[in-house]
Amino acid sequence: MIEVKGVNKSFGDNHVLHDIDTQFEKGKVNLIIGQSGQGKSVLAKCIVGLHKPETGHISYDGRNFTELNRLEKKDIRKEIGMLFQGAALFDSMTVEENIMFPLTMFTKMTKKERLERVNFCLERVNLNGINDLYPAECSGGMQKRVAIARAISMKPKYLFCDEPNSGLDPKTAIVIDNLIREITYEYDITTVAITHDMNSVIEIGDTILFIHNGRNWWQGDRQSIITTDNKEISEFVYASDFMKEIRSSMIARRK
Amino acid sequence: MKLLQNIGRFMSMLWVVFSKPEKWGVFRKKLFEEIQLIGINSIPIVALMSLFMGGVIALQTASNMDSPFLPEYTIGYITRSSTILEFSPTIICLILAGKVGSNVASEIGTMKTTEQIDALEIMGVNSLSHLVLPKILGAVMFFPVLIVFSMGLSLIGGWLSLVLSGLSSTETYVLGLRSFFEPSNIVYALTKTVVFAFLIVAIASFYGYYTKGGALDVGKSATRAVVSSSIAILIANFFLTQMILL
Repeated sequence: MIEVKGVNKSFGDNHVLHDIDTQFEKGKVNLIIGQSGQGKSVLAKCIVGLHKPETGHISYDGRNFTELNRLEKKDIRKEIGMLFQGAALFDSMTVEENIMFPLTMFTKMTKKERLERVNFCLERVNLNGINDLYPAECSGGMQKRVAIARAISMKPKYLFCDEPNSGLDPKTAIVIDNLIREITYEYDITTVAITHDMNSVIEIGDTILFIHNGRNWWQGDRQSIITTDNKEISEFVYASDFMKEIRSSMIARRK
Repeated sequence: MKLLQNIGRFMSMLWVVFSKPEKWGVFRKKLFEEIQLIGINSIPIVALMSLFMGGVIALQTASNMDSPFLPEYTIGYITRSSTILEFSPTIICLILAGKVGSNVASEIGTMKTTEQIDALEIMGVNSLSHLVLPKILGAVMFFPVLIVFSMGLSLIGGWLSLVLSGLSSTETYVLGLRSFFEPSNIVYALTKTVVFAFLIVAIASFYGYYTKGGALDVGKSATRAVVSSSIAILIANFFLTQMILL
């Protein structure tokens, strides 16, 4: 479980996060949603240690990440897998080298063992036989799946996904969503994903945190987000006419 | 104020860069890759520049030898001195600041803007040490080799231009090359080269690593890297000359 308590973060005069309190549960897909520029990515970057919060603390299964020294933080980071918005695969390495990289850096596995692990991870994301391709030779969806394979190669306890299906077609987006959900349940990982995609929210969101104006505005599950009367959430969830129609029909059905 | 701020950031970057590599095997592999990219791939441009510049130095010296009191071997002597003292270590390093500096800054800058550096950090890798240290060491180790190669080719260029134009004979040119030779000049040239190599790669890495934004900003970082490292080379050249030669 990841616990966030009283986190504040500013960039100059711009106060981005205000006293964020929340927790992300183990074995669940925890989603962070909200409009652009509300502080979702900043919160995620504070949690993984790319930004240092001014106040508050973040703990990973009781280990206070904000107060650890560099080496102790490094140990926790080895337990974190991250899927970036643009996949962030290393351009100069092949798919195989990308997935093997954390294993080479942090384990004492032999080359054969590392290769077996790479092939297992690639098989897990349904990508076989692309070991020798470079990221530039892969499609967007393939790159995301390779990034997931790299993220799970070290058997992480925590998985972070920054807009995992942005820039993908709806069908591929569903494949990525399902993969994240399956991996979370299969390996009992604490998954935290930032998304704008309402389809993801409904499909895979076990817990949902809605960030508005840098504050923890609302938290609940996928059932309650559909029925909540909170004005800001309604404006976000039912922004399109299509979603408004769905809501009207749901309310009519309830009556 | 911004200059001081940048110098402070540069120093703290170097502090992190010179930390123990995560894994020596990975570091060694990266070091050889960088020697290939930064050093060996620069051989053609260095060779071309050196041959022609050596030729031009020799021709210009010969064309200015009006006084009958100046012996003909002075051409070889001046070509050698100009090449070893200034042309090879300084001018070639300025050329390499353009080639290597822009390459390093844009490579690291692109990694920064595409979150590849964040990916390294999240894995627990010291991204600065992993990316920058092999580049700095690769340049510091291989630039002196390039400069010695450049010196040789420049002197050959001078000889070819004189012999082909009939302005001097091989014997006279070689006599000039061997006259009043001071081995300490080679030490001076190679010391400068090591300092310039460090400045080029460290400054380029600094601008690349602190790139913010997108593709346009990567281009700006590469330009800043080339301009700043060229200025740093000129300033360092002045102080090193004062310290070593005077």
